[in-house]
Amino acid sequence: MFWTVTSSLLEGFAKTVEIFGLTLLFAIPLGLVIAFGSMSRIAPIKWVSKTLVWIIRGTPLLLQLIVVFYGPGLIAAAAQDLNSSNAIIQWVATWTGFDRFTAVIVAFVINYACYFSEIYRGGIESISKGQYEACQVLGMTKTQTFFRVILFQVIKRIIPPMGNEIITLVKDTSLARTIAVYEIVWNAQSFIKFNGLLWPLLYSGLFYLIFSGLLTVVFGKIEKKMDYFKS
Amino acid sequence: MAILEVKNLKKSFGRVEVLKDISFTLEKGQVLSIIGSSGSGKTTLLRCINSLETADSGKITVDGSTIFDSDSAQKLTKEQKRINQLNVGLVFQQFHLFPQHNVLKNVTLAMELQAKDRPDYKKNKKQIHAEIEAVAKDFIEKVNLSDKINSYPCELSGGQQQRVAIARALALNPKILFFDEPTSALDPELTVEVLNVIKGLKNSGCTMVVVTHEMEFARGVSDEVIFMADGVIEEHGSPEQVFDNPQSERTKAFLNHIG
Repeated sequence: MFWTVTSSLLEGFAKTVEIFGLTLLFAIPLGLVIAFGSMSRIAPIKWVSKTLVWIIRGTPLLLQLIVVFYGPGLIAAAAQDLNSSNAIIQWVATWTGFDRFTAVIVAFVINYACYFSEIYRGGIESISKGQYEACQVLGMTKTQTFFRVILFQVIKRIIPPMGNEIITLVKDTSLARTIAVYEIVWNAQSFIKFNGLLWPLLYSGLFYLIFSGLLTVVFGKIEKKMDYFKS
Repeated sequence: MAILEVKNLKKSFGRVEVLKDISFTLEKGQVLSIIGSSGSGKTTLLRCINSLETADSGKITVDGSTIFDSDSAQKLTKEQKRINQLNVGLVFQQFHLFPQHNVLKNVTLAMELQAKDRPDYKKNKKQIHAEIEAVAKDFIEKVNLSDKINSYPCELSGGQQQRVAIARALALNPKILFFDEPTSALDPELTVEVLNVIKGLKNSGCTMVVVTHEMEFARGVSDEVIFMADGVIEEHGSPEQVFDNPQSERTKAFLNHIG
């Protein structure tokens, strides 16, 4: 039985890691875009970004997951009820109808990008004005200033809060089971249902523990690597 | 012809008028010290000349090219502003070195970024970088830090950091080098090493403008001294004139107070 459980959990864990990896891959750059949006001098861009962050941080990820997955279908159904053949609604319903796994990734990426954006914003705004002024008097362009001088200092400052958020993501992946994506907790729970066994669920905790332990070590190493300068 | 010409410069922050009609000129190779109590507008003047602030009105010319002119209908483009900026260099009170880069990289970075615009950059990349490094090493030697070339700013004393900042500014070959209270953040001992570097630069013919609270330095090194109070130039002349024979009451009061 132990091996059956282990192989089933490993299979679920592969899905967990997949959700984790894809979310990071897209949320890390998207967060930067939202951060720049929140700091924009153009008022509409700023308010759109701020409102997005407010909504996403202000509602449970669980709800967001459900909205992304069921929302398009509900819109289409409503359109049918109204007996309208509104082309725009049809189009929205067709093109935002995701399969389960894609819905999970979309919801997670948007959610985490918003959290990351606030971490980035804090990091960027904490860099002293003097660094920008030094770059300006040395004739650097704004792009050069950001990528060659500011960004690395920001990275050093945001490593600890990012580590925190990324470890939270490891555990948040378990929410994917609410729309029936078979990650590790789903698989563990099915042993309760079909075999009356509780221990696989506890066993699944060990997978999370080892994974977040590894991440802690990795983040510790990165922090240490960047210890050579103070900013 | 004067290398620096400031004409009728005015600047307000909200309702506070920080610069009230400032005009002066400076000849090539001369050292000008600007003294005065805090809040008299010295730093703002420097920041306007270095485009860190935009003056409300007036005109600034460096070596014949107009850096700022409120009367001109044509606005300077960002790119023109950036190129004008390279006519002048600025050393800050708080150094503002790049903490993640070592001494050499702090000095070479801006030069490397500029070199990328050269048409022959791709072809002669290695050679160009070697040249830049040689130039940087020269300037680092000028400020007596050759042994610290691979150190990071956090490993240096304040005086050493300020000397790196001077080398960094010099490496771009500015026509005038400005110093904004370069020793105000330093201990007395470290102040001496920075002031010695500035003295050395004077001997090599560098045109400099120094905002300072070091009266002895201002008297000993400068060719000209400006005393500012409440956004106006109260006194402008040779160190002897300003320190030994001031004409304005406010200058007398200031010098008595600190002397």
